[in-house]
Amino acid sequence: MTSLILRTATRFLLPLLVLFSLFLLVRGHHEPGGGFSGGLVAAAAFVLYGLAFGIAEVRKALPLDPRTLIGSGLLIAVTSTTFSLFAGQPLMTSLWWKVAIPGFGDLDLGTPLLFDLGVYLAVAGVTLLIILPLAEE
Amino acid sequence: MSLSGLEIKTLATGLALAMVGIALFLTFIRLVRGPTLPDRVVALDLMGVLTVGMIAAYEIAMEQPVLLDTATVLALVGFLGTVAFARYLERRGRDA
Repeated sequence: MTSLILRTATRFLLPLLVLFSLFLLVRGHHEPGGGFSGGLVAAAAFVLYGLAFGIAEVRKALPLDPRTLIGSGLLIAVTSTTFSLFAGQPLMTSLWWKVAIPGFGDLDLGTPLLFDLGVYLAVAGVTLLIILPLAEE
Repeated sequence: MSLSGLEIKTLATGLALAMVGIALFLTFIRLVRGPTLPDRVVALDLMGVLTVGMIAAYEIAMEQPVLLDTATVLALVGFLGTVAFARYLERRGRDA
């Protein structure tokens, strides 16, 4: 059932997929990408791991249950929209901080990134929650 | 006769897009006709790879570097479907 070629390829591809999903996540507010596509790629990485090593291994490797991922993702996303209330602005207004990194330029940090992180966790959780039981059959 | 850089680029990308398009069409015929399921799975995988090539050629023609990320995601995730199909085929036997 498990093929050596697939397992070896997975060892190389898994870090690449996870890295690319994080890349999509952090640049999502200025260019194409964002939490949704990043979360899908992250879920695809775990599904690939499951196809190569078995779904039971994925359950062991996951730090959290997919349901917990969905819940914490929604919590982070909703919380990030309320920060603007404390700054005296309407709900869901984006707040930005420019962080200057020497020799690199300005880094835009803001509540949209936090919102994207919540979407990322929620999408990855939902996808895994759907696919893992299907693959276990 | 000498060609300017821009003309060479237009010619090359146009040629590449036409060739990939023909290849996609031929692969599609195999996908529709393929006598067995494994034939269709291989055809589907090839279509994914050809689409990556098409996006890359289009990116060069239109000078939109953003499109390359689409090609990267497609190349990384595209073979996942083939692997899932292969597992499914393995389980149900080779007969179509």
